[in-house]
Amino acid sequence: MSARKCPLLSVQPIRGLVDERFQIVVINLLPNQEVTLHALHQSEDKDFWEAFGHYISNHHGTVTVAKDESLGGTYEGTEAMGLLWSMSPVPASRSGLRLRRVDILTPRVVHISVYSGHLSQGFSQQTALAASVTERWYIAPGVQRVDVRERGLKGTLFIPPGPGPYPGVLDLWGGGGGLVEYRSALLASHGFASLALEYMNRNDKKMADVDASYIEEAYLFLQRHQKVQRDHLAVVGLSFGSSVTLSMVVYSNIIKPQCCMCISGSHLVPVDKPIIKVFQNLKLSSDKLALNEDNQLMNKDLMLPIPSDPTLKVDVGKIKCPLLLVNGGDDENWPSVESAEDMKLIMEKAGNLHLLKVLTYPGAGHLIEPPYTPHIRASNFIRLDHRKVVFLWGGQTKPHAYAQENAWKEILAFLRQHLYFSTDGVVKSRL
Amino acid sequence: MWNPARSRLSALHIRSYANIGRTASQSLPSLSRHMKMTASFSSALHYLMPSSSSFQFNSRSAYKSKHLSARSMSTKMGKRPLLSVQPSRGLVDEMFQIVIMNLLPNQKATLHSLHQSEDKDFWEAFGHYISDEHGTVTVSKDESLGGTYEGTEPMGLLWSMRPVPGSRSGLRLRKKDVLSPMVVHISLYSGHLSEGFGQQTALATSVTERWYIAPGVQRVDVREKGVRGTLFFPPGPGPYPGVMDLWGGGGGLVEYRTALLASHGFASMAIQYLNPNKERRADTDASYFEGAYKILQNHPKVQKDRLAMLGLSFGGVVTLSMAVNSKIIKPQCCVCISGSHVGSVDKSLFEIFKEIKQNVNTMRVNEDNQLIHRNFILPIPSDLTQKMDVGKIKCPLLLVNGGDDETLPTVESAEDMEEIMKKAGNLHLLEVLTYPGAGHLIEPPYTPHFRASNFIIHGGEKASGGPPLSLSRPSQCLFPLLHSQHHGLRRRRGGKDLWLNNFATATTACASVG
Repeated sequence: MSARKCPLLSVQPIRGLVDERFQIVVINLLPNQEVTLHALHQSEDKDFWEAFGHYISNHHGTVTVAKDESLGGTYEGTEAMGLLWSMSPVPASRSGLRLRRVDILTPRVVHISVYSGHLSQGFSQQTALAASVTERWYIAPGVQRVDVRERGLKGTLFIPPGPGPYPGVLDLWGGGGGLVEYRSALLASHGFASLALEYMNRNDKKMADVDASYIEEAYLFLQRHQKVQRDHLAVVGLSFGSSVTLSMVVYSNIIKPQCCMCISGSHLVPVDKPIIKVFQNLKLSSDKLALNEDNQLMNKDLMLPIPSDPTLKVDVGKIKCPLLLVNGGDDENWPSVESAEDMKLIMEKAGNLHLLKVLTYPGAGHLIEPPYTPHIRASNFIRLDHRKVVFLWGGQTKPHAYAQENAWKEILAFLRQHLYFSTDGVVKSRL
Repeated sequence: MWNPARSRLSALHIRSYANIGRTASQSLPSLSRHMKMTASFSSALHYLMPSSSSFQFNSRSAYKSKHLSARSMSTKMGKRPLLSVQPSRGLVDEMFQIVIMNLLPNQKATLHSLHQSEDKDFWEAFGHYISDEHGTVTVSKDESLGGTYEGTEPMGLLWSMRPVPGSRSGLRLRKKDVLSPMVVHISLYSGHLSEGFGQQTALATSVTERWYIAPGVQRVDVREKGVRGTLFFPPGPGPYPGVMDLWGGGGGLVEYRTALLASHGFASMAIQYLNPNKERRADTDASYFEGAYKILQNHPKVQKDRLAMLGLSFGGVVTLSMAVNSKIIKPQCCVCISGSHVGSVDKSLFEIFKEIKQNVNTMRVNEDNQLIHRNFILPIPSDLTQKMDVGKIKCPLLLVNGGDDETLPTVESAEDMEEIMKKAGNLHLLEVLTYPGAGHLIEPPYTPHFRASNFIIHGGEKASGGPPLSLSRPSQCLFPLLHSQHHGLRRRRGGKDLWLNNFATATTACASVG
């Protein structure tokens, strides 16, 4: 015969897109009771990630995460989404992990539990007072996923539901290579037909010759697709993908988007030969290999100082469309902040500075991902020569989480502004 | 110049419609479920967009443009509206926010919802809006000027759904497979349309899923000791308060409300006690319900001293009967939705049910040839042997009634119960919620209302009563929501009128008894 109370844990919405916020409320606790809210997720690689916050219920026995302060744990303060973005691998995990979603057709499943007292470890040995399971999706219902394997291209096209046609986005991932879909799926969930393009793959010999014409082919494919508005296009690049973006937008006669965006990128790497070779050049100087005391590779130093010779840089003075740069102030991997300053000077001289918008987030690192993705200060990376290193990405968790949330809003607003709201695009009629 | 391929459309009409909303009924989440769903969406969208030139979305077709498509047209227009529905996946009792941006200022637009039921019927709703000076429509703030709902109604596109023109009559929307969601297509059209949505091209479409079950909730078949039912457990170690959930005279094993209760923290059991296909005998004896109650109570994941009984319609009759008479069923609280305490004490539940069935002659028929059920029970007998002695009830009792209930005289029964309990001295246990204008079928929130529907046992149509708006509002309050709404209903407790709190208060009180 138990007289204890049954706390009620509610997470709303219980199923959300990864960029949707949830409301977590615990009721029916004792007044002023110490509790721990805990989040647990098992990645596709089978590693466990967790986060937790220490709370004290009010005199009604209620904890409202969006209003109350976490007094300790993996995050502190009033943080509605702290249980997601402050996740890190559980103790005794392998080192250098990174949380990235491969299968975007299934959700990321997170178990959220309430424990009595302020715990910091041993969660699996305790019985939770209440538990809830929430799903976090990269893809909205109705979004179509289409394999693209034609004209030598390898990519995935995500199309929003409805008759369309939609503005299109060419989405270029970074130097890790491969086919990374999750951001494209999320963009499509917000109304943009997005093409995730694989343009570099150290394991695929066929990709060895991929050069600028491959990117142009991808752009044409997108532009000509019947569900894409041919004059409402953007190119988005992350990290090394930014270099590709900038090179294409400046030098290509075919790639003329309505706007473009570089996240944690740089103009220092003109793409004037097969892409994989360009990337290899970045990593060549082994005698310049800079390792910090944790044995992490500080890649940024390899690329500095910014050369004054314009032939070594992409001439952004020639850009004709709005350009958004999103950078982390504590980026240790690429000299994105320094590059942005140099780009500003170039564009000022060239007279197209009005096209540039720069967002720099102090304390954020290199990997500015969709919101609430856990922050990783350093992780394993397999280089082109198949050597395993640990890259230092930089950033501190809380400012990095803020950057991801805010940057995503800005990214969507920028794309909407130039692809939906603006009617400045040249209208081509087939009539 | 623009060939909407209308002749193709009519031929494909039935087939495309047939594909919409087809979802794999596998337990969630399934790897290929999304792919199957998107395949069905593309078929559905083919119906919704007559100008699409290709049924198959493979990249090869990208270069073909046999028809001048909507693509060229919108390019000419330049602006494309943005429709957002958040969250895109919700529990059926979660509210969503619908916002449209990038319309022209003061543009007339129609928001339309479309759903294909498991029975393959199509249901739709629509509202007429005018965008503001920014070209924005915010459904939770703006008024619908016409359509299947009017006024500021954030969830109107769901609860005002009705079968599309040309459908079979007397339909009712109920979910059988709770492991898959209800899929609703929400589309935006130019102008104020009231029909012919299939012939127009939508300006934008969003697809939303409405779930009766939260992730992590376990579904367990119960087939023991002659009891047939389904148990739903919330995620986590438990144990949980338990709820025995009794559906109504329609019979069968109805799971959706049970799944929803489990999604809110209650280990809930649905039981089948009226099998429409079999001879009804033992499964309406008190011993059947007591057996089921014991299964629930003895389960290791259920807190044996925190139990409730909840019944709708005839299930409410059973609930009251058990609460009054059973020595075994002693829950911490009971909920009776659209029920009555009228029924002879000498008769078994089955006999009471048969009696209801047999009194067809005394049923009134209204102008639409719909059976109005309630009158054969009236007037409420004053003879105590003809009704259940609710003066004997020992636990809190919540009665939820529709003021316009045409099926059972629930309001009159409630008044009579109040009298009995006042005399017996246990009136403090009673709470009555009466919703003016609501009908008999008070279901989970945002379910479409139907004034009458086919009902197998009685044949013909049975009028359930009540207009759409007031039915859904009370449904909203029955389920624990994080926000409270006032609906002008009166809650009587010991003669005092109180404004409604939400059901969470009642259920939490249930859960913390002890």
